[in-house]
Amino acid sequence: MRVVLAEDLFLLRDGLIRMLEAFDFEIAAAVDNGPDLARALEEERPDVAVVDVRLPPTLTDEGLQCALAARRARPGLPVLVLSQHVEQLYARELLADGTGGVGYLLKDRVFDAEQFIDAVRRVAAGGTAMDPQVIAQLLSRRSRDRPLARLTPRETEVLELMAEGRSNTAIASKLVVTERAVAKHTSNIFGKLQLPPSDDDNRRVLAVLAYLDRG
Amino acid sequence: MRVRRTLVAGARGLWLGCLSLVGSVALFCLTVLSLASLPLGLGWLTLPPLVLLTRRYADQRRRWAHDWAGLRIPDDHRPLPARQPGLPGIAQHCYHLLRDPATWRELVWLGLDMTVGALTALLPGLLIVFGVEGFVFPVLIWNGVVPDSQLYGFLRASDPTQVALMPVLGAAVLAACVFTPRPLAVHFRLAAAFLTPPKAELAARVARLTETRHDAVDASAAELRRIERDLHDGAQARLVAMGMDLGTIEALIERDPAKAKELVSRARTSSAQALTELRDLVRGIHPPVLAERGLDDAVRALALRMPLPVEVTGRLPGRLEAPVESAAYFSVSELLTNAVKHADAARVWVDVEYADGRLRVSVGDDGRGGVVLPADGTSGSAGGGARSGLRGLERRLGTFDGILAVSSPVGGPTLVTLEIPCALCSPKTSSS
Repeated sequence: MRVVLAEDLFLLRDGLIRMLEAFDFEIAAAVDNGPDLARALEEERPDVAVVDVRLPPTLTDEGLQCALAARRARPGLPVLVLSQHVEQLYARELLADGTGGVGYLLKDRVFDAEQFIDAVRRVAAGGTAMDPQVIAQLLSRRSRDRPLARLTPRETEVLELMAEGRSNTAIASKLVVTERAVAKHTSNIFGKLQLPPSDDDNRRVLAVLAYLDRG
Repeated sequence: MRVRRTLVAGARGLWLGCLSLVGSVALFCLTVLSLASLPLGLGWLTLPPLVLLTRRYADQRRRWAHDWAGLRIPDDHRPLPARQPGLPGIAQHCYHLLRDPATWRELVWLGLDMTVGALTALLPGLLIVFGVEGFVFPVLIWNGVVPDSQLYGFLRASDPTQVALMPVLGAAVLAACVFTPRPLAVHFRLAAAFLTPPKAELAARVARLTETRHDAVDASAAELRRIERDLHDGAQARLVAMGMDLGTIEALIERDPAKAKELVSRARTSSAQALTELRDLVRGIHPPVLAERGLDDAVRALALRMPLPVEVTGRLPGRLEAPVESAAYFSVSELLTNAVKHADAARVWVDVEYADGRLRVSVGDDGRGGVVLPADGTSGSAGGGARSGLRGLERRLGTFDGILAVSSPVGGPTLVTLEIPCALCSPKTSSS
């Protein structure tokens, strides 16, 4: 699988290259600034792009803007955005086009190599990978007068994992329950939130975020 | 709207003019007489009440200047020492009044006010009358009430073409009246020119700058102390712990791999926590979204983190200067926190706008209200955090010549508006 990597800090870029190569990814290009990233995305047409939000020359949200522009030019281009901090605002912008294949993670997630690589693969496959911090922020908003309050603690847990972009299988193994139980929780959640159930991971996240947006 | 304003200004002008012709003339003449009779002794008795009356008269004009023409005329009467009883006391009182430059400024102004001042005050009213006359005059001429020899402005009543032009001239004069911004401005500007103490603005500005610089220095010192403490107790301590764990791991790795593994996971947790702490610290110094996107999006991101629904409206056409951006952001952050914590609100809204070189941010909620800005110097005891916090905010904004306005009747709703004069330093780069 071919990856375009954009990260301006040399040490981190180096570390990411080594980690991705260790898991059999092919590094198509590794760049350290916005214009180079835009060019690399255009020329290399990678299977997935791993991009830092803040990139030179502006050192503002150049990486995010590049990723969004590339996705406008090539809808569905899988992009995993890494950041030193996570903001719902950015998560919403990434999810806004509804085509999936996006991820938004804290840089710390690379501490757990397996989990990080899993996220890259999920995004490359058209799924989503949202940082647990984003999801926790969303769910921690006071859910007064909202159907969210009617969820059982277990269902809230399932919703959290679902919103991060995990499949039922992954949720089942994480919570150490059977897949059937997860499926049951999931359909309960959809019932309580008045959403038509769907098997598609990506649409599930969009549904969850869209629902929370209304709050 | 404009017509009404013009008529009101005309009426006010007429009133001002009459007042000047009566009040100023009387005060001026009496004061000059008193001054002249100082050598005779009588002046020492009559002068003080006259001067004090003139002051009240001038103060009234200052108020009208502010209310009617939006012009602020500062005054700088010297404070009078307590008055001693008896004749020497009166003389001393009089002497103090005579030594105050403000007294002389006001005397000169009186002389001016009863001449040019009265004229400029009457002008808006007279122009209206003149304009109306342009329509009435031809009718009167045709009815033979007015003899042919009369003049209206420069138009002769004897010439029919010129008579026909009279309403045109009248309409032009009326239009000029209606479209003049602030018709009484000339009068009050004149008053301001004579009543304003020299360098008063400058002195007030220096005093204000000294005060705000003091606040800024205090605030930044406190901020540095906080950052130092947070680093010292937080991230630094965790990194030390991590280093120790790594040292132990080195020793244990062959002897007791299980124990070493446990320590490795502990070190990893420590590093994650240190990162979290550093991240929070960074957010407290300069929030990343603010750095990346600017004030409006940073406020949007902030709103998303609030436990209440917060609606953010408004867009800035560009980036503000970084210090202003930061001050405004932290002010909004504090106001939102207040609204969430103290107001018992169900809905909060923020509006951000930039116009005429000023950034204006309003934060409103539908909570229970009753927020008061405590008088300077008091800590705002009864209201607790929210109130003294507001004073702190005001100080923070004061450094940028910004102001804070609070409207919060008991029972709500609360509206806090902050305004900072500032420049946009670059147009927005990102477009989303």
